[in-house]
Amino acid sequence: MSRAAILRQPWLWAWVGALAVWLATAAFTGGTGSGQVISAALTFGAFFVIVALGQMFVITLGPGNVDLSIPACMTLAGTVSMKIMDGAGAMIPVGLAVAVAVGLAVGVINYTLIRALRIPPIIATLSSSFIFQSAAIWYNRGLRVKPPEALGDFTTAKIAGMPFIAILVIGLAVAMHILLARTIYGRSVLAIGQNMRAAGLAGIRVERIRAITYIMCATLAGLCGYLLAAFSGGAALNMGEEYLLSSIAVVVIGGTSVAGGFANVPGLWGAALFLFLLVTMLNTFGAGAGVRLVLTGLIIIGVIVAASGGRHKREG
Amino acid sequence: MTDGPIVLVDGVEKRFGAVRALSGVTLDLQAGECLGLVGHNGAGKSTLMNVLSGIMVPDAGRIVIGGADLTERYSAVSAMAQGVRCVFQELSLCPNLTVAENARISHPAISGIGWRRRARALIGGMLDQVFPGHGISTDDVVGDLSIAKRQMVEIARAFAVTDREARVVILDEPTSSLDGVSAEKLLAHVRRYVAAGGTCVLISHLLGEILNISDRIAVMRDGGVVALDSARAFDRKSLVAAMGSVAEGLQGPAAKATPKRADAPAVLTARPETKSETLALSAHKGEVVGLAGLSGQGQTELLVRVFRHAAGTEVRGDVALVAGDRQTDGIFPLWSIAENISIGSLRQFLNGILLDHGRAQAFAQDWRARIGIRTPDVNQPILSLSGGNQQKALFARALGSTAGIIVMDDPMRGVDVGTKQEVYAMIRDEAEKGRTFLWYTTEMDELRNCDHVYVFREGAIVADLPHAEMSEEKVLHASFRDDGVRVSA
Repeated sequence: MSRAAILRQPWLWAWVGALAVWLATAAFTGGTGSGQVISAALTFGAFFVIVALGQMFVITLGPGNVDLSIPACMTLAGTVSMKIMDGAGAMIPVGLAVAVAVGLAVGVINYTLIRALRIPPIIATLSSSFIFQSAAIWYNRGLRVKPPEALGDFTTAKIAGMPFIAILVIGLAVAMHILLARTIYGRSVLAIGQNMRAAGLAGIRVERIRAITYIMCATLAGLCGYLLAAFSGGAALNMGEEYLLSSIAVVVIGGTSVAGGFANVPGLWGAALFLFLLVTMLNTFGAGAGVRLVLTGLIIIGVIVAASGGRHKREG
Repeated sequence: MTDGPIVLVDGVEKRFGAVRALSGVTLDLQAGECLGLVGHNGAGKSTLMNVLSGIMVPDAGRIVIGGADLTERYSAVSAMAQGVRCVFQELSLCPNLTVAENARISHPAISGIGWRRRARALIGGMLDQVFPGHGISTDDVVGDLSIAKRQMVEIARAFAVTDREARVVILDEPTSSLDGVSAEKLLAHVRRYVAAGGTCVLISHLLGEILNISDRIAVMRDGGVVALDSARAFDRKSLVAAMGSVAEGLQGPAAKATPKRADAPAVLTARPETKSETLALSAHKGEVVGLAGLSGQGQTELLVRVFRHAAGTEVRGDVALVAGDRQTDGIFPLWSIAENISIGSLRQFLNGILLDHGRAQAFAQDWRARIGIRTPDVNQPILSLSGGNQQKALFARALGSTAGIIVMDDPMRGVDVGTKQEVYAMIRDEAEKGRTFLWYTTEMDELRNCDHVYVFREGAIVADLPHAEMSEEKVLHASFRDDGVRVSA
């Protein structure tokens, strides 16, 4: 790739941002703990990336498409699977299957609301998320059930200093990249996001693709809920909270077009690391909560402006 | 008015990357004349008009309006201030606003309390003047109007006068989305406007209307003006020769006289969804079936129902569609030419479950050559192409697919004469190989390529004409109701 071609890559700015905040943190601490920071960023970034992968496909379907039920779906899948496993190591695969099944069901319900009742996706997924969240509360009465020990160990395991879960999610991201770039499904999502009517008239089965996309997004959220509950010692009712906005922020900072029709996977990892490292940096600097939030907002805006500036030049 | 030209463009040049769209164009417009502008797709007509209306800044050359050199500070705003109006081929109305609100946008003089009423009066009056009996309410939302009605609104808006006069009106392919009657009304208005001292530039691929309406005709080829003379100095043949068209004999290879109906099996039957009495349409394998009539009489709806295998149609085999309204129905604007062509045939490039981009690329290259898309590189963005070349890409998408039935929704809008002949030949060729075509067209010449023609009126099929019985008179006769209300003067 020539220099100009690299500068035009949509994922570039997220990675530049991640590197910059990491260097700034390292400079402040004189390099101590930089290794641990990276390790933590990879672990927490992995959870962000799992849900962002699904959200990216949904957002790429075009204006108005977004899944706001991700946090509720994570909570429900985490709660139900933890309770069913009830700390028994032998139940780990069953728990995984249950979490995935919860995600599938959530996706089917979301898409049914969107398609059969013709509710706009934002409203449909927001209102369904109240139901899923309430279901989680009702099911577990707010108790925290511990995950099986082996599963907890698995989510915190490292191979040669690298969090195992990060390795898994990098593999998942590679698979999703191939899904986006090299399959009929991926091309169809990109086409629908640019012009839904033209996509239908070009022979793409628009509604089938939309259904798959919403169901896949919820399933990934279910998977993320399972892993996160295992990682953090049990499912909590607010465990998904920060994943609503960050799933969207990671997608957008990563260089995917909010207007749809244009997406990329490498940017998701860059953006997830960036978001985590940014908060770490501000904590290290000793910034108060208010200042931290203001700076987080400003820096995210800065990265998005830099990234979209690059993209406008490409289209112009 | 003074004797000097009202507008003079002098040595104007414009490049898009490797493509040289204008190479030193010099052209003058006089008050009280209609200048016809013809040329192939990509000859530079639309680019020149974009320069004239201030949307594109030329790389070199001068723009002189009313004797003043405005090159340095020429923009869309100053073009409006000078009374230069343009009706674009790609319609530029806001679809979410009403007709009256759209009129207000380009006439900022309408303001303050009661602007809505004055905007309605302005655009409504102009519509009545240009297209009497247009059937458009000024409170209609533009997005709900057919493409023909949107075009009418756009035209009326350009001719409407508030505080600034409309000195020069540029019409870029205005009749391609209009039916014959509306087109005649427009051309009559152009003559009235010119007689009153206005200046009009008319771009069209319909040589008949250029020859009839224009005072002078300019022919463009490869980004330059190659001929400019009084309209009387040209005839159909000499115009085609000046454009450098390969098409000899404008009628083209007409359909064979021997009907295929007798021995070929029927592959589709369809009946329009209407409460009134209607015939059913059927198409047999290898036939080219024409859908005629005025624009917007239910032809597109039927094509889309056939495409979707909707209830009420019986369709055997896959269907591919060539869009006519390419911005809303055809183009994927973020993608390259190659991606736009290959999207209709993705299954052909599967290697297991993965797409082989190399094969898709080769496929697009092959179709670029076969259908003559003017671009050095199929990896260029689709929007780098002129309108007619974008249309060719859509043809390539449909013809390249494996579908046995191809439905075409007035697909030749904005396509030049030479390309049309090439595409007609390609359609005949594909039909010989056993493909079936449903072809909605508003151009009489194109119906001559059809084995069978169905005429639509008010959502129903009212006439069923085999090739041997088809004539312009019969089609027109069927297109209008016998009560004579809508027949033009």
